[in-house]
Amino acid sequence: MAVEVRVPTILREFTGGEKSVSAQGATLQGIIEDLDANYPGIGGRLVEDGGLRRFVNVYLNDEDVRFLDGLDTAIADADAITILPAVAGGAVARP
Amino acid sequence: MLRISQALVDQIVQHARADHPDEACGVIAGPVGSDRPERFIPMVNAARSPTFYEFDSGDLLRLYRDMDDRDEEPVVIYHSHTATEAFPSRTDVALASEPGAHYVLVSTRETGQQTGPYELRSYRIVGGEVREEPIEVSDLQTFGS
Repeated sequence: MAVEVRVPTILREFTGGEKSVSAQGATLQGIIEDLDANYPGIGGRLVEDGGLRRFVNVYLNDEDVRFLDGLDTAIADADAITILPAVAGGAVARP
Repeated sequence: MLRISQALVDQIVQHARADHPDEACGVIAGPVGSDRPERFIPMVNAARSPTFYEFDSGDLLRLYRDMDDRDEEPVVIYHSHTATEAFPSRTDVALASEPGAHYVLVSTRETGQQTGPYELRSYRIVGGEVREEPIEVSDLQTFGS
């Protein structure tokens, strides 16, 4: 199935400037693999050491996938995925 | 160059003072492509820390959807440093992910929650490079209040 994926500004260098792209997969893992096949390099900006990067948020509809099943989250028709980098920082590195 | 009104500068400083000694953070949204900061949106620091800030992930999604609906973008992303100068840390640089935004830092280390002089500076952070830029406050009031 194909779902819509909303791409943040900083990752649009991979999608030719597109804000929204289509991807296929039964799980978020599959979606990200499909994205990376079509937009080489984007997968490495989302995943690290087999998990989502700490400062990348991925939402299935209205829910942060960290509160679902992470990369194993099942994706269905008519779902929408939104990727947003965390807005974070601070005076020193987080302990 | 960041052009911003004194009223918005005052709101950033007030938020930073109110949350001191924790870091305060937020966004000033403006029309897409305008480079005009207009709508002040203080955010909760989900880390509630004197040395770290992070928007809550649910708040972040609502913020970006709301800006999308209004054809806005984050023109300014601000946060406070409460024990160090208003200069981006390595963490700030590593995590900066809005190449079009002005990153505004305010330091409350001198006065904490009290009024008095403050340090407020603006930066572009793109691809790991930090560049400070001048700030033009639109109604000619001087800093410090």
